[in-house]
Amino acid sequence: MTLPLFWVFGGIAILSGFMCITRRSPVASALWLIQTMFSLAGIYVLLDAQFIAVIQVLVYAGAIMVIFLFVIMLLNLGRTKTTDMVGRPGQITSLVLGTLMTLELFVLNKVIPAEQFRLPEGTMATMTDEMGAVGMIAEPLFRGYIVPFEITSVLLLAAVVGAVVLAKRKI
Amino acid sequence: MTPELKGFLLVASLKILVAFSLVNVGVIMVIWAERRVSAFLQDRLGPNRVGPLGLLQSLADGVKNFTKEETYPAEADPVVFVLAPVLSFIPAMLAAAVIPFGSPLPGFDMTLPIIGQIVYSGEIPMMIADLPIGFLFILAITSLGVYGIVMAGWSSNNKYAFLGSLRGSAQMVSYEIAMGMGLVALMILVGNVTLTEAIARQQESTWFIFPLFIGFFLFAVSSLAETNRLPFDLPETESELVTGFHTEYSSMKFSMFFMAEYANMITASAMMATLFFGGWDIPFTTWDEGPASYLRFFATFGVFLAKTWMFMLTFIWIRWTLPRFRFDQLMQLGWKFMIPLALGYIMLIATTVWVLDTRGVEFGIVYSLILFAVNLPLTYVLFSILDRGKVLGGSQHKRVKVSA
Repeated sequence: MTLPLFWVFGGIAILSGFMCITRRSPVASALWLIQTMFSLAGIYVLLDAQFIAVIQVLVYAGAIMVIFLFVIMLLNLGRTKTTDMVGRPGQITSLVLGTLMTLELFVLNKVIPAEQFRLPEGTMATMTDEMGAVGMIAEPLFRGYIVPFEITSVLLLAAVVGAVVLAKRKI
Repeated sequence: MTPELKGFLLVASLKILVAFSLVNVGVIMVIWAERRVSAFLQDRLGPNRVGPLGLLQSLADGVKNFTKEETYPAEADPVVFVLAPVLSFIPAMLAAAVIPFGSPLPGFDMTLPIIGQIVYSGEIPMMIADLPIGFLFILAITSLGVYGIVMAGWSSNNKYAFLGSLRGSAQMVSYEIAMGMGLVALMILVGNVTLTEAIARQQESTWFIFPLFIGFFLFAVSSLAETNRLPFDLPETESELVTGFHTEYSSMKFSMFFMAEYANMITASAMMATLFFGGWDIPFTTWDEGPASYLRFFATFGVFLAKTWMFMLTFIWIRWTLPRFRFDQLMQLGWKFMIPLALGYIMLIATTVWVLDTRGVEFGIVYSLILFAVNLPLTYVLFSILDRGKVLGGSQHKRVKVSA
Protein backbone atom coordinates (compact mmCIF):
# COMPACT_ATOMS: atom_id res chain seq x y z
CA MET A 1 0.00 0.00 0.00
CA THR A 2 2.93 2.34 0.67
CA LEU A 3 4.35 2.35 -2.84
CA PRO A 4 1.19 3.38 -4.74
CA LEU A 5 0.57 6.10 -2.16
CA PHE A 6 4.15 7.29 -2.60
CA TRP A 7 3.57 7.60 -6.35
CA VAL A 8 0.34 9.50 -5.79
CA PHE A 9 1.89 11.99 -3.36
CA GLY A 10 5.12 12.24 -5.35
CA GLY A 11 3.20 12.84 -8.55
CA ILE A 12 1.06 15.55 -6.96
CA ALA A 13 4.14 17.19 -5.45
CA ILE A 14 6.01 17.30 -8.77
CA LEU A 15 2.97 18.44 -10.72
CA SER A 16 2.18 21.25 -8.28
CA GLY A 17 5.82 22.24 -8.12
CA PHE A 18 5.76 22.59 -11.91
CA MET A 19 2.52 24.58 -11.77
CA CYS A 20 4.03 26.78 -9.04
CA ILE A 21 6.91 27.96 -11.24
CA THR A 22 4.86 28.35 -14.42
CA ARG A 23 1.84 30.33 -13.18
CA ARG A 24 1.75 34.05 -13.93
CA SER A 25 -0.25 35.13 -10.88
CA PRO A 26 1.80 35.13 -7.65
CA VAL A 27 -1.27 34.07 -5.66
CA ALA A 28 -1.75 30.98 -7.85
CA SER A 29 1.95 30.16 -7.49
CA ALA A 30 1.73 30.40 -3.71
CA LEU A 31 -1.35 28.15 -3.63
CA TRP A 32 0.39 25.53 -5.77
CA LEU A 33 3.41 25.72 -3.46
CA ILE A 34 1.12 24.96 -0.50
CA GLN A 35 -0.13 21.93 -2.42
CA THR A 36 3.49 20.77 -2.90
CA MET A 37 4.21 21.12 0.80
CA PHE A 38 1.09 19.20 1.71
CA SER A 39 2.03 16.30 -0.57
CA LEU A 40 5.52 16.28 0.96
CA ALA A 41 3.88 15.92 4.38
CA GLY A 42 2.05 12.89 2.99
CA ILE A 43 5.38 11.36 1.93
CA TYR A 44 6.82 11.98 5.41
CA VAL A 45 3.91 10.08 6.94
CA LEU A 46 4.62 7.16 4.57
CA LEU A 47 8.19 7.18 5.96
CA ASP A 48 6.77 6.89 9.51
CA ALA A 49 7.97 10.41 10.34
CA GLN A 50 4.63 11.74 11.57
CA PHE A 51 6.10 14.54 13.64
CA ILE A 52 8.05 15.95 10.71
CA ALA A 53 4.89 15.69 8.61
CA VAL A 54 2.76 17.59 11.11
CA ILE A 55 5.44 20.28 11.52
CA GLN A 56 5.58 20.57 7.74
CA VAL A 57 1.86 21.29 7.65
CA LEU A 58 1.75 23.40 10.82
CA VAL A 59 4.78 25.61 10.14
CA TYR A 60 5.23 25.70 6.38
CA ALA A 61 1.71 25.29 5.04
CA GLY A 62 -0.09 26.78 8.04
CA ALA A 63 2.11 29.72 9.01
CA ILE A 64 4.90 30.63 6.57
CA MET A 65 2.78 30.39 3.45
CA VAL A 66 0.04 32.43 5.13
CA ILE A 67 2.61 35.18 5.63
CA PHE A 68 3.67 34.81 1.97
CA LEU A 69 0.08 35.18 0.80
CA PHE A 70 -0.39 38.06 3.25
CA VAL A 71 2.54 39.95 1.71
CA ILE A 72 1.46 39.18 -1.86
CA MET A 73 -2.03 40.41 -1.11
CA LEU A 74 -0.80 43.45 0.78
CA LEU A 75 1.37 44.53 -2.16
CA ASN A 76 -1.58 43.69 -4.44
CA LEU A 77 0.54 41.69 -6.85
CA GLY A 78 -2.22 39.16 -7.42
CA ARG A 79 -3.94 40.60 -10.44
CA THR A 80 -1.15 42.16 -12.47
CA LYS A 81 -1.20 41.46 -16.17
CA THR A 82 2.53 42.02 -16.65
CA THR A 83 4.95 39.32 -15.63
CA ASP A 84 8.46 39.19 -14.27
CA MET A 85 9.07 35.74 -15.72
CA VAL A 86 12.50 35.34 -17.31
CA GLY A 87 12.97 35.46 -21.08
CA ARG A 88 14.31 32.85 -23.49
CA PRO A 89 17.95 32.71 -22.17
CA GLY A 90 16.71 32.19 -18.61
CA GLN A 91 14.34 29.46 -19.71
CA ILE A 92 17.13 27.59 -21.54
CA THR A 93 19.45 27.90 -18.52
CA SER A 94 16.81 26.57 -16.16
CA LEU A 95 16.01 23.72 -18.54
CA VAL A 96 19.69 22.69 -18.67
CA LEU A 97 20.08 22.98 -14.87
CA GLY A 98 16.85 21.07 -14.29
CA THR A 99 17.95 18.23 -16.56
CA LEU A 100 21.31 18.10 -14.78
CA MET A 101 19.62 17.89 -11.40
CA THR A 102 17.31 15.11 -12.55
CA LEU A 103 20.34 13.15 -13.81
CA GLU A 104 22.08 13.69 -10.48
CA LEU A 105 19.02 12.32 -8.71
CA PHE A 106 19.19 9.17 -10.84
CA VAL A 107 22.86 8.74 -9.86
CA LEU A 108 22.12 9.40 -6.17
CA ASN A 109 19.41 6.76 -6.30
CA LYS A 110 22.12 4.17 -7.13
CA VAL A 111 24.33 5.12 -4.15
CA ILE A 112 24.18 2.79 -1.15
CA PRO A 113 24.19 4.89 2.05
CA ALA A 114 26.67 4.24 4.86
CA GLU A 115 25.88 1.60 7.49
CA GLN A 116 24.81 4.02 10.24
CA PHE A 117 22.25 5.70 7.99
CA ARG A 118 20.45 2.46 7.21
CA LEU A 119 17.87 1.31 9.73
CA PRO A 120 16.18 -2.07 9.56
CA GLU A 121 12.59 -1.88 8.30
CA GLY A 122 10.04 -0.99 10.98
CA THR A 123 12.57 0.74 13.28
CA MET A 124 10.72 4.04 13.05
CA ALA A 125 7.36 2.44 13.87
CA THR A 126 8.67 0.63 16.97
CA MET A 127 10.51 3.75 18.14
CA THR A 128 7.33 5.81 17.73
CA ASP A 129 5.45 3.29 19.86
CA GLU A 130 8.13 3.31 22.56
CA MET A 131 9.02 7.00 22.84
CA GLY A 132 6.12 8.77 21.17
CA ALA A 133 6.35 10.75 17.94
CA VAL A 134 7.77 13.84 19.65
CA GLY A 135 10.06 12.07 22.11
CA MET A 136 11.80 10.34 19.23
CA ILE A 137 12.96 13.73 17.91
CA ALA A 138 13.35 15.48 21.25
CA GLU A 139 15.60 12.88 22.86
CA PRO A 140 18.59 13.23 20.47
CA LEU A 141 17.88 16.93 19.81
CA PHE A 142 18.04 18.02 23.46
CA ARG A 143 20.61 15.48 24.70
CA GLY A 144 22.98 14.51 21.90
CA TYR A 145 22.85 17.63 19.74
CA ILE A 146 22.07 20.36 22.26
CA VAL A 147 24.98 22.63 21.23
CA PRO A 148 24.21 22.68 17.48
CA PHE A 149 20.55 23.17 18.37
CA GLU A 150 21.30 26.18 20.58
CA ILE A 151 23.66 27.66 17.98
CA THR A 152 20.91 27.40 15.37
CA SER A 153 18.51 29.17 17.67
CA VAL A 154 21.04 32.00 18.24
CA LEU A 155 21.38 32.27 14.46
CA LEU A 156 17.60 32.58 14.10
CA LEU A 157 17.52 35.16 16.89
CA ALA A 158 20.16 37.20 15.06
CA ALA A 159 18.01 37.06 11.93
CA VAL A 160 14.96 38.25 13.88
CA VAL A 161 16.90 41.14 15.44
CA GLY A 162 18.26 42.03 12.00
CA ALA A 163 14.77 42.07 10.51
CA VAL A 164 13.50 44.33 13.28
CA VAL A 165 16.43 46.71 12.87
CA LEU A 166 15.92 46.88 9.10
CA ALA A 167 12.18 47.37 9.35
CA LYS A 168 12.07 49.82 12.22
CA ARG A 169 14.53 52.68 11.82
CA LYS A 170 13.55 54.44 15.02
CA ILE A 171 13.68 52.09 18.00
CA MET B 1 -11.52 -10.64 2.50
CA THR B 2 -10.39 -12.04 5.82
CA PRO B 3 -12.77 -11.78 8.81
CA GLU B 4 -10.32 -9.35 10.48
CA LEU B 5 -10.33 -6.99 7.49
CA LYS B 6 -14.13 -7.07 7.38
CA GLY B 7 -14.26 -6.29 11.10
CA PHE B 8 -11.82 -3.41 10.68
CA LEU B 9 -13.76 -1.95 7.74
CA LEU B 10 -17.06 -2.22 9.58
CA VAL B 11 -15.69 -0.59 12.74
CA ALA B 12 -13.84 2.13 10.83
CA SER B 13 -16.84 3.11 8.72
CA LEU B 14 -19.15 3.14 11.73
CA LYS B 15 -16.74 5.35 13.69
CA ILE B 16 -16.39 7.76 10.77
CA LEU B 17 -20.18 7.90 10.51
CA VAL B 18 -20.55 8.63 14.24
CA ALA B 19 -17.83 11.30 14.36
CA PHE B 20 -19.00 12.99 11.17
CA SER B 21 -22.62 13.11 12.31
CA LEU B 22 -21.48 14.31 15.75
CA VAL B 23 -19.91 17.32 14.06
CA ASN B 24 -22.70 17.96 11.57
CA VAL B 25 -25.66 17.43 13.88
CA GLY B 26 -23.67 19.39 16.45
CA VAL B 27 -23.38 22.29 14.00
CA ILE B 28 -27.15 22.32 13.44
CA MET B 29 -27.77 22.13 17.17
CA VAL B 30 -25.25 24.79 18.12
CA ILE B 31 -26.60 27.28 15.57
CA TRP B 32 -30.04 26.77 17.10
CA ALA B 33 -28.54 27.04 20.60
CA GLU B 34 -26.75 30.26 19.71
CA ARG B 35 -29.94 31.88 18.51
CA ARG B 36 -31.94 30.69 21.51
CA VAL B 37 -29.29 31.61 24.06
CA SER B 38 -28.71 35.04 22.52
CA ALA B 39 -32.46 35.57 22.61
CA PHE B 40 -32.52 34.51 26.25
CA LEU B 41 -29.65 36.88 27.10
CA GLN B 42 -31.41 39.77 25.36
CA ASP B 43 -34.84 38.95 26.77
CA ARG B 44 -36.33 37.86 23.46
CA LEU B 45 -37.91 34.58 22.36
CA GLY B 46 -35.68 33.54 19.50
CA PRO B 47 -36.68 31.02 16.81
CA ASN B 48 -39.47 28.88 18.31
CA ARG B 49 -41.82 28.10 15.41
CA VAL B 50 -40.14 25.41 13.28
CA GLY B 51 -40.44 22.12 15.12
CA PRO B 52 -40.53 21.71 18.91
CA LEU B 53 -38.78 24.71 20.57
CA GLY B 54 -37.67 25.75 17.10
CA LEU B 55 -35.21 22.88 16.90
CA LEU B 56 -35.64 22.43 13.15
CA GLN B 57 -34.95 26.12 12.39
CA SER B 58 -31.38 25.42 11.20
CA LEU B 59 -32.60 22.67 8.87
CA ALA B 60 -35.15 25.06 7.39
CA ASP B 61 -32.42 27.67 6.94
CA GLY B 62 -30.24 25.05 5.26
CA VAL B 63 -33.00 24.23 2.76
CA LYS B 64 -33.53 27.95 2.18
CA ASN B 65 -29.84 28.47 1.46
CA PHE B 66 -29.81 25.59 -1.02
CA THR B 67 -32.52 27.27 -3.06
CA LYS B 68 -31.08 30.80 -2.97
CA GLU B 69 -29.48 32.41 -5.98
CA GLU B 70 -25.71 32.06 -6.28
CA THR B 71 -24.04 35.35 -7.06
CA TYR B 72 -20.61 35.82 -8.57
CA PRO B 73 -18.90 39.21 -8.42
CA ALA B 74 -17.92 40.33 -11.91
CA GLU B 75 -14.26 40.93 -11.07
CA ALA B 76 -13.80 37.88 -8.85
CA ASP B 77 -11.16 35.25 -9.49
CA PRO B 78 -13.42 32.35 -10.58
CA VAL B 79 -11.38 29.35 -9.38
CA VAL B 80 -10.21 30.72 -6.04
CA PHE B 81 -13.64 32.17 -5.33
CA VAL B 82 -15.25 28.71 -5.50
CA LEU B 83 -12.35 26.96 -3.79
CA ALA B 84 -12.35 29.21 -0.70
CA PRO B 85 -15.52 27.92 1.07
CA VAL B 86 -14.43 24.33 0.40
CA LEU B 87 -11.00 25.00 1.90
CA SER B 88 -12.53 26.44 5.02
CA PHE B 89 -15.14 23.66 5.35
CA ILE B 90 -12.97 20.53 4.88
CA PRO B 91 -10.34 21.20 7.61
CA ALA B 92 -13.15 21.99 10.04
CA MET B 93 -14.66 18.57 9.36
CA LEU B 94 -11.32 16.71 9.41
CA ALA B 95 -10.15 17.90 12.80
CA ALA B 96 -12.66 15.78 14.70
CA ALA B 97 -10.92 12.60 13.50
CA VAL B 98 -8.52 12.24 16.42
CA ILE B 99 -10.75 13.19 19.36
CA PRO B 100 -11.73 10.19 21.53
CA PHE B 101 -15.45 10.39 22.21
CA GLY B 102 -15.90 7.53 24.67
CA SER B 103 -14.26 4.66 26.51
CA PRO B 104 -13.26 1.70 24.30
CA LEU B 105 -15.82 -0.88 23.21
CA PRO B 106 -15.13 -4.63 23.50
CA GLY B 107 -14.12 -6.47 20.33
CA PHE B 108 -16.46 -8.98 18.72
CA ASP B 109 -16.52 -12.25 16.79
CA MET B 110 -19.79 -12.92 15.03
CA THR B 111 -21.19 -14.53 11.92
CA LEU B 112 -23.76 -12.67 9.86
CA PRO B 113 -25.77 -13.96 6.89
CA ILE B 114 -24.33 -13.06 3.44
CA ILE B 115 -21.35 -11.15 4.92
CA GLY B 116 -19.96 -14.11 6.85
CA GLN B 117 -17.68 -14.09 9.87
CA ILE B 118 -16.58 -10.69 11.21
CA VAL B 119 -13.81 -10.46 13.81
CA TYR B 120 -12.38 -7.50 15.73
CA SER B 121 -9.94 -8.71 18.35
CA GLY B 122 -9.00 -6.49 21.26
CA GLU B 123 -10.70 -3.31 22.41
CA ILE B 124 -12.04 -0.83 19.87
CA PRO B 125 -10.65 2.66 20.59
CA MET B 126 -13.44 5.22 20.16
CA MET B 127 -11.73 7.66 17.82
CA ILE B 128 -11.41 7.49 14.05
CA ALA B 129 -7.61 7.36 14.12
CA ASP B 130 -5.32 7.10 17.15
CA LEU B 131 -2.47 9.02 15.54
CA PRO B 132 0.91 9.18 17.31
CA ILE B 133 0.86 12.97 16.77
CA GLY B 134 -2.47 13.42 18.58
CA PHE B 135 -3.50 17.02 19.12
CA LEU B 136 -0.71 18.35 16.89
CA PHE B 137 -2.81 16.95 14.04
CA ILE B 138 -5.74 19.12 15.14
CA LEU B 139 -3.50 22.21 15.38
CA ALA B 140 -2.05 21.51 11.92
CA ILE B 141 -5.39 20.86 10.23
CA THR B 142 -7.19 23.81 11.81
CA SER B 143 -4.27 26.08 10.85
CA LEU B 144 -5.17 25.31 7.22
CA GLY B 145 -8.63 26.81 7.77
CA VAL B 146 -7.12 30.29 7.45
CA TYR B 147 -6.66 29.70 3.69
CA GLY B 148 -10.41 29.67 3.26
CA ILE B 149 -10.59 33.15 4.80
CA VAL B 150 -7.56 34.52 2.93
CA MET B 151 -8.66 33.17 -0.44
CA ALA B 152 -12.25 34.30 0.04
CA GLY B 153 -11.17 37.83 0.85
CA TRP B 154 -8.68 38.11 -1.96
CA SER B 155 -10.74 36.51 -4.71
CA SER B 156 -13.89 38.55 -3.98
CA ASN B 157 -12.14 41.71 -5.19
CA ASN B 158 -13.99 43.74 -2.60
CA LYS B 159 -12.18 46.06 -0.21
CA TYR B 160 -14.21 45.02 2.83
CA ALA B 161 -13.70 41.33 2.16
CA PHE B 162 -10.03 42.01 1.53
CA LEU B 163 -9.55 43.87 4.81
CA GLY B 164 -11.37 41.09 6.63
CA SER B 165 -9.10 38.43 5.22
CA LEU B 166 -5.97 40.47 5.98
CA ARG B 167 -7.10 40.73 9.58
CA GLY B 168 -8.03 37.06 9.64
CA SER B 169 -4.66 35.83 8.46
CA ALA B 170 -2.70 38.07 10.86
CA GLN B 171 -4.94 37.14 13.78
CA MET B 172 -4.93 33.40 13.23
CA VAL B 173 -1.18 33.14 12.71
CA SER B 174 -0.53 35.17 15.87
CA TYR B 175 -2.87 33.25 18.13
CA GLU B 176 -1.72 29.88 16.81
CA ILE B 177 1.61 30.56 18.52
CA ALA B 178 0.01 31.32 21.88
CA MET B 179 -2.23 28.27 21.52
CA GLY B 180 0.65 25.92 20.73
CA MET B 181 2.77 27.32 23.55
CA GLY B 182 -0.10 26.99 26.00
CA LEU B 183 -0.16 23.30 25.12
CA VAL B 184 3.59 22.80 25.64
CA ALA B 185 3.05 22.87 29.42
CA LEU B 186 0.50 20.11 28.95
CA MET B 187 2.99 18.10 26.90
CA ILE B 188 5.45 18.32 29.80
CA LEU B 189 2.90 16.74 32.12
CA VAL B 190 1.65 14.10 29.68
CA GLY B 191 5.06 13.23 28.23
CA ASN B 192 3.48 12.63 24.85
CA VAL B 193 1.07 14.31 22.44
CA THR B 194 -1.55 11.60 21.92
CA LEU B 195 -5.01 12.34 23.25
CA THR B 196 -5.50 8.82 24.67
CA GLU B 197 -2.42 9.30 26.82
CA ALA B 198 -3.58 12.77 27.90
CA ILE B 199 -6.84 11.23 29.15
CA ALA B 200 -5.03 8.33 30.86
CA ARG B 201 -2.74 10.75 32.72
CA GLN B 202 -5.73 12.79 33.88
CA GLN B 203 -7.35 9.62 35.21
CA GLU B 204 -4.15 8.87 37.15
CA SER B 205 -4.16 12.29 38.82
CA THR B 206 -6.71 15.08 38.50
CA TRP B 207 -8.12 16.88 35.49
CA PHE B 208 -5.47 19.14 34.01
CA ILE B 209 -7.57 22.25 34.66
CA PHE B 210 -6.03 22.21 38.16
CA PRO B 211 -2.30 21.72 37.49
CA LEU B 212 -2.47 23.81 34.29
CA PHE B 213 -4.93 26.54 35.20
CA ILE B 214 -3.13 29.30 33.28
CA GLY B 215 -2.52 26.89 30.41
CA PHE B 216 -6.26 26.42 30.10
CA PHE B 217 -6.78 30.18 30.22
CA LEU B 218 -4.26 30.65 27.40
CA PHE B 219 -5.82 27.87 25.35
CA ALA B 220 -9.37 29.11 25.84
CA VAL B 221 -8.57 32.71 24.89
CA SER B 222 -6.58 31.74 21.81
CA SER B 223 -9.23 29.29 20.66
CA LEU B 224 -11.73 32.16 20.75
CA ALA B 225 -9.38 33.99 18.39
CA GLU B 226 -8.76 30.92 16.23
CA THR B 227 -12.46 30.29 15.72
CA ASN B 228 -13.09 34.00 14.98
CA ARG B 229 -15.66 34.33 17.72
CA LEU B 230 -16.43 37.51 19.60
CA PRO B 231 -14.61 39.28 21.27
CA PHE B 232 -12.12 38.44 18.50
CA ASP B 233 -14.29 38.26 15.37
CA LEU B 234 -12.22 40.92 13.61
CA PRO B 235 -12.32 39.20 10.17
CA GLU B 236 -16.11 39.69 10.15
CA THR B 237 -16.91 42.80 12.23
CA GLU B 238 -20.29 43.60 10.76
CA SER B 239 -20.12 47.13 12.15
CA GLU B 240 -16.98 47.97 10.14
CA LEU B 241 -16.61 45.55 7.22
CA VAL B 242 -20.18 44.60 6.18
CA THR B 243 -19.55 40.91 6.98
CA GLY B 244 -15.83 40.78 6.34
CA PHE B 245 -14.30 38.04 4.26
CA HIS B 246 -17.59 36.45 3.17
CA THR B 247 -19.30 39.68 2.09
CA GLU B 248 -19.60 38.54 -1.55
CA TYR B 249 -20.78 35.01 -0.83
CA SER B 250 -24.37 33.91 -1.09
CA SER B 251 -26.43 30.75 -0.89
CA MET B 252 -24.67 27.48 0.03
CA LYS B 253 -21.18 28.94 -0.28
CA PHE B 254 -21.99 31.32 2.55
CA SER B 255 -23.47 28.40 4.47
CA MET B 256 -20.21 26.51 4.20
CA PHE B 257 -18.33 29.35 5.90
CA PHE B 258 -21.03 29.50 8.52
CA MET B 259 -20.92 25.74 9.16
CA ALA B 260 -17.10 25.75 9.24
CA GLU B 261 -17.15 28.39 11.97
CA TYR B 262 -19.44 26.31 14.16
CA ALA B 263 -17.58 23.07 13.38
CA ASN B 264 -14.37 24.79 14.49
CA MET B 265 -16.14 25.82 17.66
CA ILE B 266 -17.14 22.20 18.31
CA THR B 267 -13.57 21.04 17.73
CA ALA B 268 -12.21 23.69 20.09
CA SER B 269 -14.76 22.75 22.77
CA ALA B 270 -14.00 19.05 22.38
CA MET B 271 -10.27 19.83 22.63
CA MET B 272 -10.78 21.81 25.85
CA ALA B 273 -12.93 19.02 27.28
CA THR B 274 -10.38 16.36 26.32
CA LEU B 275 -7.17 18.10 27.28
CA PHE B 276 -8.19 19.97 30.42
CA PHE B 277 -11.41 18.35 31.67
CA GLY B 278 -10.60 14.65 31.38
CA GLY B 279 -12.31 13.90 28.05
CA TRP B 280 -14.75 11.04 28.52
CA ASP B 281 -13.58 10.51 32.13
CA ILE B 282 -16.38 10.43 34.73
CA PRO B 283 -15.24 12.35 37.83
CA PHE B 284 -14.99 10.89 41.36
CA THR B 285 -15.12 7.27 40.23
CA THR B 286 -12.81 4.71 38.66
CA TRP B 287 -15.70 2.61 37.38
CA ASP B 288 -15.31 4.02 33.85
CA GLU B 289 -11.70 2.85 33.65
CA GLY B 290 -12.71 -0.81 34.01
CA PRO B 291 -12.76 -3.35 31.17
CA ALA B 292 -14.56 -2.29 28.01
CA SER B 293 -18.32 -2.67 27.96
CA TYR B 294 -21.25 -1.13 26.13
CA LEU B 295 -22.69 0.43 29.28
CA ARG B 296 -19.37 2.13 30.05
CA PHE B 297 -19.15 3.42 26.49
CA PHE B 298 -22.59 5.01 26.52
CA ALA B 299 -22.03 6.55 29.96
CA THR B 300 -18.65 8.03 29.01
CA PHE B 301 -19.99 9.16 25.63
CA GLY B 302 -22.72 11.08 27.43
CA VAL B 303 -20.20 12.67 29.77
CA PHE B 304 -18.02 13.72 26.85
CA LEU B 305 -20.98 15.30 25.06
CA ALA B 306 -22.00 17.11 28.25
CA LYS B 307 -18.50 18.57 28.72
CA THR B 308 -18.25 19.62 25.08
CA TRP B 309 -21.66 21.29 25.20
CA MET B 310 -20.76 23.11 28.36
CA PHE B 311 -17.87 24.77 26.53
CA MET B 312 -20.00 25.53 23.49
CA LEU B 313 -22.55 27.27 25.68
CA THR B 314 -19.68 29.20 27.27
CA PHE B 315 -18.54 30.27 23.80
CA ILE B 316 -22.05 31.54 23.07
CA TRP B 317 -22.31 33.23 26.44
CA ILE B 318 -19.01 35.04 25.86
CA ARG B 319 -20.09 36.13 22.39
CA TRP B 320 -23.26 37.79 23.62
CA THR B 321 -21.62 39.34 26.67
CA LEU B 322 -18.31 40.92 25.69
CA PRO B 323 -17.79 43.78 23.26
CA ARG B 324 -15.38 43.43 20.36
CA PHE B 325 -11.66 44.19 20.66
CA ARG B 326 -10.04 46.75 18.39
CA PHE B 327 -7.54 45.20 15.98
CA ASP B 328 -4.48 46.82 17.58
CA GLN B 329 -5.71 45.72 21.01
CA LEU B 330 -6.07 42.19 19.68
CA MET B 331 -2.53 42.16 18.32
CA GLN B 332 -1.13 43.65 21.53
CA LEU B 333 -2.92 41.05 23.62
CA GLY B 334 -1.58 38.30 21.39
CA TRP B 335 2.04 39.33 21.02
CA LYS B 336 2.76 41.41 24.11
CA PHE B 337 0.76 39.48 26.68
CA MET B 338 -0.22 35.94 25.66
CA ILE B 339 3.08 34.83 24.10
CA PRO B 340 5.37 36.12 26.90
CA LEU B 341 2.95 34.69 29.45
CA ALA B 342 2.94 31.32 27.69
CA LEU B 343 6.76 31.26 27.55
CA GLY B 344 7.07 32.14 31.22
CA TYR B 345 4.44 29.57 32.09
CA ILE B 346 6.31 26.79 30.27
CA MET B 347 9.40 27.62 32.34
CA LEU B 348 7.41 27.70 35.58
CA ILE B 349 5.74 24.34 34.93
CA ALA B 350 8.97 22.73 33.71
CA THR B 351 10.85 23.90 36.82
CA THR B 352 8.10 22.68 39.16
CA VAL B 353 7.92 19.32 37.40
CA TRP B 354 11.70 19.01 37.61
CA VAL B 355 11.73 19.81 41.33
CA LEU B 356 8.88 17.38 42.03
CA ASP B 357 10.53 14.61 40.02
CA THR B 358 13.93 15.04 41.67
CA ARG B 359 12.23 15.06 45.09
CA GLY B 360 10.65 11.73 44.15
CA VAL B 361 7.01 12.82 44.30
CA GLU B 362 4.86 10.21 42.54
CA PHE B 363 2.65 11.43 39.70
CA GLY B 364 -0.85 11.50 41.11
CA ILE B 365 -3.38 13.64 42.90
CA VAL B 366 -0.84 15.23 45.28
CA TYR B 367 1.47 16.03 42.36
CA SER B 368 -1.39 17.83 40.58
CA LEU B 369 -2.44 19.74 43.65
CA ILE B 370 1.12 20.99 44.23
CA LEU B 371 1.14 22.27 40.65
CA PHE B 372 -2.26 23.87 41.26
CA ALA B 373 -0.82 25.64 44.29
CA VAL B 374 1.97 26.97 42.07
CA ASN B 375 -0.63 28.23 39.61
CA LEU B 376 -2.71 30.11 42.15
CA PRO B 377 -0.39 33.07 42.89
CA LEU B 378 0.19 33.57 39.16
CA THR B 379 -3.55 33.49 38.56
CA TYR B 380 -4.04 36.07 41.30
CA VAL B 381 -1.38 38.31 39.77
CA LEU B 382 -2.97 38.02 36.34
CA PHE B 383 -6.58 38.52 37.27
CA SER B 384 -6.33 41.08 40.01
CA ILE B 385 -3.17 43.12 39.50
CA LEU B 386 -2.68 43.17 35.71
CA ASP B 387 -6.38 43.46 35.03
CA ARG B 388 -6.92 45.90 37.93
CA GLY B 389 -9.36 43.53 39.61
CA LYS B 390 -11.96 43.73 36.85
CA VAL B 391 -12.11 39.95 36.27
CA LEU B 392 -12.51 39.11 39.94
CA GLY B 393 -14.55 42.03 41.26
CA GLY B 394 -16.26 43.33 38.16
CA SER B 395 -16.04 47.04 37.42
CA GLN B 396 -18.47 47.91 40.21
CA HIS B 397 -15.96 49.35 42.64
CA LYS B 398 -14.61 51.73 40.02
CA ARG B 399 -17.93 53.48 39.65
CA VAL B 400 -17.60 57.15 40.52
CA LYS B 401 -20.19 58.38 42.98
CA VAL B 402 -21.95 61.46 41.69
CA SER B 403 -23.14 63.71 44.45
CA ALA B 404 -26.43 65.49 44.10
